[in-house]
Amino acid sequence: MANVHASTTAHDVDHVDHHDQPATGIKRWLFATNHKDIGTMYLVFSLIMFFIGGAMAMLIRAELFKPGLQLFDPEFFNQMTTNHALVMIFGAVMPAFVGLANWMIPLQIGAPDMALPRMNNFSFWILPFAFTLLLSTFFVPGGMAAGGWTMYPPLVLQTGDGFPMLIFAIHMMGASSIMGAINVIVTILNMRAPGMNLLKMPLFCWSWLITAYLLIAVMPVLAGGVTMLLTDHYFNTSFFNAAGGGDPVMFEHIFWFFGHPEVYIMILPAFGIISEILPTFSRKPLFGATSMIYAIASIAFLSFIVWGHHMFADGMPLAAQMFYMMSTMLIAVPTGVKVFNWTATMWRGSLSFEPPMLFALAFLFMFTIGGFSGVMLALVPADFQYQNTYFVVAHFHYVLVPGAVFAIMGAVYYWIPKWTGHMYSMGLAKTHFWLSTIFVNLLFFPQHFLGLAGMPRRIPDYAVQFTDWNMVSSIGAFGFGLSQILFVIVIIQCVRGGKPASAEVWDGTHPAGLEWTLPSPAPYHSFTTPPDIK
Amino acid sequence: MNESRQPAFFANLGDPISMKVTRGDDGRRAAQPGRFGFAPALCFAAFGLAARAGANTSNGYNLPLGVTELSRDIYSLHMEVFWICVGIAVLVFGAMIYSLLKFRHSQGAVADTTLSHSTQVEIIWTIIPAVILVVMAIPAAKIILKIEDTRNSELSIRVTGYQWKWEYQYMDAAEGIDFFSTLARDSNFARQLHSGIDPKTVPNYLLEVDKPLVIPSGTKVRLLLTSQDVIHAWWVPDFGAKRSVVPGFVNELWFRIDPGKEGIYRGQCAALCGRDHGFMPIVVDVRTPDEFKKWVGEQKAAVKPAEAAAAVGSQPAPADGYIADRRTARSAQASPN
Repeated sequence: MANVHASTTAHDVDHVDHHDQPATGIKRWLFATNHKDIGTMYLVFSLIMFFIGGAMAMLIRAELFKPGLQLFDPEFFNQMTTNHALVMIFGAVMPAFVGLANWMIPLQIGAPDMALPRMNNFSFWILPFAFTLLLSTFFVPGGMAAGGWTMYPPLVLQTGDGFPMLIFAIHMMGASSIMGAINVIVTILNMRAPGMNLLKMPLFCWSWLITAYLLIAVMPVLAGGVTMLLTDHYFNTSFFNAAGGGDPVMFEHIFWFFGHPEVYIMILPAFGIISEILPTFSRKPLFGATSMIYAIASIAFLSFIVWGHHMFADGMPLAAQMFYMMSTMLIAVPTGVKVFNWTATMWRGSLSFEPPMLFALAFLFMFTIGGFSGVMLALVPADFQYQNTYFVVAHFHYVLVPGAVFAIMGAVYYWIPKWTGHMYSMGLAKTHFWLSTIFVNLLFFPQHFLGLAGMPRRIPDYAVQFTDWNMVSSIGAFGFGLSQILFVIVIIQCVRGGKPASAEVWDGTHPAGLEWTLPSPAPYHSFTTPPDIK
Repeated sequence: MNESRQPAFFANLGDPISMKVTRGDDGRRAAQPGRFGFAPALCFAAFGLAARAGANTSNGYNLPLGVTELSRDIYSLHMEVFWICVGIAVLVFGAMIYSLLKFRHSQGAVADTTLSHSTQVEIIWTIIPAVILVVMAIPAAKIILKIEDTRNSELSIRVTGYQWKWEYQYMDAAEGIDFFSTLARDSNFARQLHSGIDPKTVPNYLLEVDKPLVIPSGTKVRLLLTSQDVIHAWWVPDFGAKRSVVPGFVNELWFRIDPGKEGIYRGQCAALCGRDHGFMPIVVDVRTPDEFKKWVGEQKAAVKPAEAAAAVGSQPAPADGYIADRRTARSAQASPN
């Protein structure tokens, strides 16, 4: 049911003006129900969190610059690694994808807004509260949680007064994600313009439809798991305490049953974005669009049956090792199909290299490298050497940073002229791209060597033979972190002004998608009447 | 007695037996020759150079070949898969780079918009990767079977992880030997925040302990691993052996060091376990079976003179406070020692 508001009741006078102009002042944002405003808030929030998580990473890499402890206590270092991950995963990457979903799904399916605008507002506003709670654990006795973002018991139960704050923050983040996912599914299944059948729907919307189902399936499992941690700590249950009949490894199962689909939640929307950007700048349709959709669905299905690969070295029985090894390796097949199809999209195309395309190409190369290390990690005997070393750290950072984060940046560079109506400085954006790419490789590639050479992860200090690569990696980190300032500059300049963007924005590329039929900037209320789908 | 041992890992940083770095009363540090003067150090330096030429230990970029059959199998699997990935990368990145160079809009390339699907090609590039994965999985599965076969072990040792040290309790013929293994004092001093000590001056910085685990080469050693508090993990890269230790549960792992590869091997805790997770290393001193038997005798003589006589080759008598269980008694009878 469309949710275009009636605008004539008297008591609406104080609320949002339902004609073309948004409300003014703080009310516009606090009471936002417009998908564009909420999308903007998610994106701004995620950018702030990216810098906070990034600052933690800078502290980590500063300590790891040389062997010996120069800067802080090992406990603080563990707090940094733990919260860096929590902030980046739950505060930067996931909200960024939700922000992009909010902005783009209604535009791409020809809907006037999301199906449930007030729930949309609530989903967003939970997040600043959740992260205030999480980050304020810094100030309580015992400090921030330091047991890893994976929160394994019994270690995590040694957290001080910040422990219930951590648990409740995670509950809030989970609730936000679940509600956001519900909104996405209801919107996509109910509000597509007439004539847009599912197979005509853009890949970005498809990727989000599937991601939303993953979120609804697994966030409650995380909630259950962390609640069990809470009751073990305060209410004398023994879920994870062998003395009471429980098992710490059961937490690992519960966590990773969430955790593995979670990493696919963080990459499937990225796949959708790349499938939007590459065809535009190749001036050629996406190769094998239908099989791309099937590939996303297969990856999502398989993601539920591989979680054991995070636990190979924890005393897993033989049959389980075999099963998880094979199911994990199997995911490489549909993922490979996607990489090949993207390459085939470029093949015999007509390529131009605007900033979104640069990020998409970097994604293609570097996500594939992350995929190779993933296949290696799937092999159980080899995993015994890689597990909990920097080889794993290198793998997941390759798929998450030049993977998911670059896709997000590419998406912002792709769609921001549609959002603001202004083009941005191509020179600055390309400089941001090149600096980011060079430094991200300096940062993470040597970590493969460190892991293979024997350096464990989550250590603040290391044996001297690991010095050189750690130094290179830290230099990469400082360079990468500083380069992101350019991103902020480009965005701020673009919001404030710039050459007017046409409806098509990327002239000559004739991008597919309903969003390019709207003027730039897209009107505050767009598609109030459904478009004609040819 | 010690000259024939192959130093592993970081011979050029000095060997704890032939050289000791001590802290005198004035707090200043000095290297002192051990029992045999500087001769062992020179021999080790020579061996160290020779050992580096082989792939026993990591070259800083890659996995170590290691000193057990399992580590060698893992290394081979790793290299096979690595080269397959390189091959695939050459093809895929090659196609991408070719596209970037040849199909440029700026050079007038015109897009072939009809090239947007081909079921045939998609089937090929679904099936070929699946076949490649099967090719990788078969050797991997065989190695898993080997790793999980802990039967017929000749020496079992209970390993307990603590925050932040390891405890080793020997079983079978070495029953009664029980000690903790903690980060060496000079490393511990150096790693303190603002210690002012350059880690490069500490031999085997963060990879040295006060009492290493001593095991015989050419013997199937089985570790029974548990924890006293939180999850840790026991890992020695040169053995290809890593397993988590979980409080309240016992995990198993086995290895057999190749005969002729006696020496010192170093590893670390490989599961976040709290503040000093990075500071609870593992050092294994691999000796020949005869040297090991001698060491066992010495240990027992030092602790319980009355037990020593009963030690080697017969049913172990229970030590004070030490619970001998049926499994220990059974494996002691089966042990060739």
